[in-house]
Amino acid sequence: MRQKKLNVVGTSVRKIDGLSKCAGVTLFADDIVLPRMLFCKIHRAPVPHARIKRVDTSKASKSPGVLAVLTGRDLPVPFGILPVSQDEHALCLDKVRFVGDPVAAVAALDEDAAFDAMNAIEVEYEPLAGIFSPEDALATPEPRIHDYGDEGNVHKKVALEFGDVERGFREADEVLEDVYFYQGNTHLPMEQHAAVGWVDPDGKVVVWSSTQTPHYVHRALAKVLGMPPARIRVIACPNGGGFGGKSDPFGHEIVVAKLALLTGRPVKVCLTREEVFYCHRGRHPVLMRVKAGVRKDGALTALHFQSLLDGGAYGSYGVASTYYTGALQTVTYEVPRYKFDGVRVFTNKPPCGPKRGHGTPQPRYALEIHMDKIAERLSIDPAELRLAHLVPPNSLTANYLRVGSIGLRACIEKVVEASGWKGKFRKLPRGRGAGLACSSYLCGAGLPIYWNAMPHTGVQLKLDRGGGVCVFCGEIDIGQGSDTVLAQTVAEVLGVDPYDIRVVYGDTDLTPVDLGSYSSRVTLMMGNAAIEAAERAKELLAKAVSEKLKVPLTRLDFAGGRVFDVENPETGVAFAEAVVLAEAKFGTIGTVGSYTPPASAAKFKGSGVGPSPAYSYTASVVELSADPETGLITVHKIWIAHDVGRAINPVLVVGQVEGGVYMGLGEALMEEQVFRANRNGVHKIPSMLEYKSPTTMEMPDVETILVEDPDPNGPFGAKEAGQGPLLPVVPAVANALYDALRVRVDEVPITPEKVLKALRSKDRRFGPKGYPSIPMPDPIRVKPPWEGGTGAPETGEYLRTWTS
Amino acid sequence: MKKLKRGKVHLALDVNGEVQEVAFAPHKTLLEVLREDLRLTGTKHGCELGECGTCTVLLDARPELSCLVLGLECGGRKIVTVEGLQDLPAEASAKAGGARPHPLQQAFAELGAAQCGYCTPGILCAAKALLEEKPRASRDEIREALSGNLCRCTGYLKIYEAVELAARRMSDETKKA
Repeated sequence: MRQKKLNVVGTSVRKIDGLSKCAGVTLFADDIVLPRMLFCKIHRAPVPHARIKRVDTSKASKSPGVLAVLTGRDLPVPFGILPVSQDEHALCLDKVRFVGDPVAAVAALDEDAAFDAMNAIEVEYEPLAGIFSPEDALATPEPRIHDYGDEGNVHKKVALEFGDVERGFREADEVLEDVYFYQGNTHLPMEQHAAVGWVDPDGKVVVWSSTQTPHYVHRALAKVLGMPPARIRVIACPNGGGFGGKSDPFGHEIVVAKLALLTGRPVKVCLTREEVFYCHRGRHPVLMRVKAGVRKDGALTALHFQSLLDGGAYGSYGVASTYYTGALQTVTYEVPRYKFDGVRVFTNKPPCGPKRGHGTPQPRYALEIHMDKIAERLSIDPAELRLAHLVPPNSLTANYLRVGSIGLRACIEKVVEASGWKGKFRKLPRGRGAGLACSSYLCGAGLPIYWNAMPHTGVQLKLDRGGGVCVFCGEIDIGQGSDTVLAQTVAEVLGVDPYDIRVVYGDTDLTPVDLGSYSSRVTLMMGNAAIEAAERAKELLAKAVSEKLKVPLTRLDFAGGRVFDVENPETGVAFAEAVVLAEAKFGTIGTVGSYTPPASAAKFKGSGVGPSPAYSYTASVVELSADPETGLITVHKIWIAHDVGRAINPVLVVGQVEGGVYMGLGEALMEEQVFRANRNGVHKIPSMLEYKSPTTMEMPDVETILVEDPDPNGPFGAKEAGQGPLLPVVPAVANALYDALRVRVDEVPITPEKVLKALRSKDRRFGPKGYPSIPMPDPIRVKPPWEGGTGAPETGEYLRTWTS
Repeated sequence: MKKLKRGKVHLALDVNGEVQEVAFAPHKTLLEVLREDLRLTGTKHGCELGECGTCTVLLDARPELSCLVLGLECGGRKIVTVEGLQDLPAEASAKAGGARPHPLQQAFAELGAAQCGYCTPGILCAAKALLEEKPRASRDEIREALSGNLCRCTGYLKIYEAVELAARRMSDETKKA
């Protein structure tokens, strides 16, 4: 069969569920109502760190309308998203570790009755010293928040060195060093987490949940309930926004399953907004120290990056987050020698985890401001500086990341042109400024979360005699449009209308495993699996049609709902007839496809984080005004160019870019997840009114430019769009502020107060004063490829598995 | 299990042009009555504290946060939810040969203004009220009218474009008529 032009891919078809969503018909988890359904409420710890002395549920059990009460004793098996951090309990067993830690749960006839019963639960706590900052965690090894981790309250220490950075600093003309802080913030999806548990009388458990990762919830349920996975079915409901906040298995998902098992009735839980703030798993607060050696032309000679992550009370994705704060510094500008030290500590605050960009917005923010400072020191235009030292395509970085296509040059050139950068940078009147920054992000992680050799995603097709195509895949649409991407991909290969395709998603009984909607993996991985499945179906149909029409296979094309002879287009059959012919010849038509990322060249411990089949690239220019009297920042316009490889659906890609810009702007200017250390570690602002996020009144105009530099590993060349475009916005705002007022605010969010403090300080800077001295283990040393390295460690451990 | 005692009020509510009798606990908000007692789950909730705009419905053609209104207050008032936004009432649709989405719903779907779709029902209600009052609303008027509705997916831009497209189409329809 021949290569043909694309008909469906590259067109902005309406989302296949677009009208359902606009009609309010889409069923989110809290919209599910089942006969005899009970309601669950969870009692959460009011203290940040304490031993549980006694849980008295007797009053709660007798509360009107109550059918069951659970405590930690009922669910004693630990779980967690990473095999190395199985440190959570559905309900705490012996200890609570943050205000909001779940302790006991009730199921009652209605929500009010459940609420009253929850309040009747009595818990006696023996308080332990609370730890609320990384500095405290480092200084206070005892009491330990967890009895595992590298030492004391240090969860994880990572030290990696690729080439001799000290030599690199000696060879530099200038060495610049600075410290940056990125405050934590949270996902704030509009939909609160909800789940419904049910068990049928024949013993099968079903859990519906607003989860981004039904497969991992399935595994956690099997482990904690002690049941065979075959008896458990997890159905992911469309997420009312995720952004990473629904990627962990959560205690409440396990609790409703257990309550359903105990009562024989469906049980629903829907978290309050306040509970969502406490469940968190959002952006880690990270303190960073950056030391860069540069030559006069701006070429980096060495980079040393240190990060200290405030992990909160549990592991969550934290080990991966720690590595991610050191992984992607090398994929934009050439870094010949690179050293990374990362430390994650436990504190008595809600656990941090992955939020859009997972562990990379913080270091990207620091690096891009640092680049701006380097450009100024060397008197080079920041855009020119970056353009002169881009990583070449099809290359290997110092830390052995395989870069395929890189459209960053085009991205920078296009935002520079569109924004009129050359007429603005350092040329606008005081109080108005322009800033530029770039970034890169993964298209899915190269290795799975739990070590295994199986594919990361699978797609199954069933073709109906009437011409309908049913596509089964474990992916879940969290708003990014993955259902539509799947339909368009299959429609392209089979030459049918995407609206003739039914997508069955996110159901562990019905659909092949897809690891979930995280790390921007779905379009690339699911897309490749879908192409494989569709090509296999196409082959069967083509054989049958070729036989019938007596046209050689190589001359058949699939398009417009027909299978036809390209040299004689009237000779052909309708797609439905092709299915009939194939079914008559081969039997029922069903095919599968799957995808496993290419193996990484790296063999050192820690090299599991960072490799990806492809990297997306983004450049952004921000223009803003900053009032020197009030410190208020008004963003006028943001230009952003994103290298998406190929836009499968341009409207959806632009939507992802604009959404990323919006969220980045919120992080840059206002969003912060902060706690009151002097009031037992309660959340300072657990409400949507006080947790400031941009409204229509703060959102500026955005000009999005798509750059399509197809990547050989992407389906039709496609890369990601969901996370990368957030990254450059935050540092571009900081750089634009400097252009406006010549002050550096090396800490986000950049609030008016910080701008004024910077204006009033001698060094015209607001930001962290230093980075603590933390003893680090000897780094794992790996020679970069250009020094003859092979990806294996010279000293230190080899990559084994996540569990090693 | 101790018995639950729940006194309920009995009320007739005019929802989406149909008068329905419903019994509910008197402290329930309109949001709860719609979702739980009338099973109209198209109206969503994001905070239940009047902070996010997600639960916006139309009360006598004005956008209101249904989490801040008691069901009890709504007797005799016209309530419109996302389920009642379609272009024609059901009876007229049937005569016209099928239900049609409201131009706002159509435009939101076409232009990608609904990503996760969770804030969408509330925004559609707020936008409908705006266009009824100001059929040629400017970008700034749209921004202001939607400033009480948070959306975490879109950055609002596609929402503005969809409201503008719907407004143009509605005005074209009016001209034709």
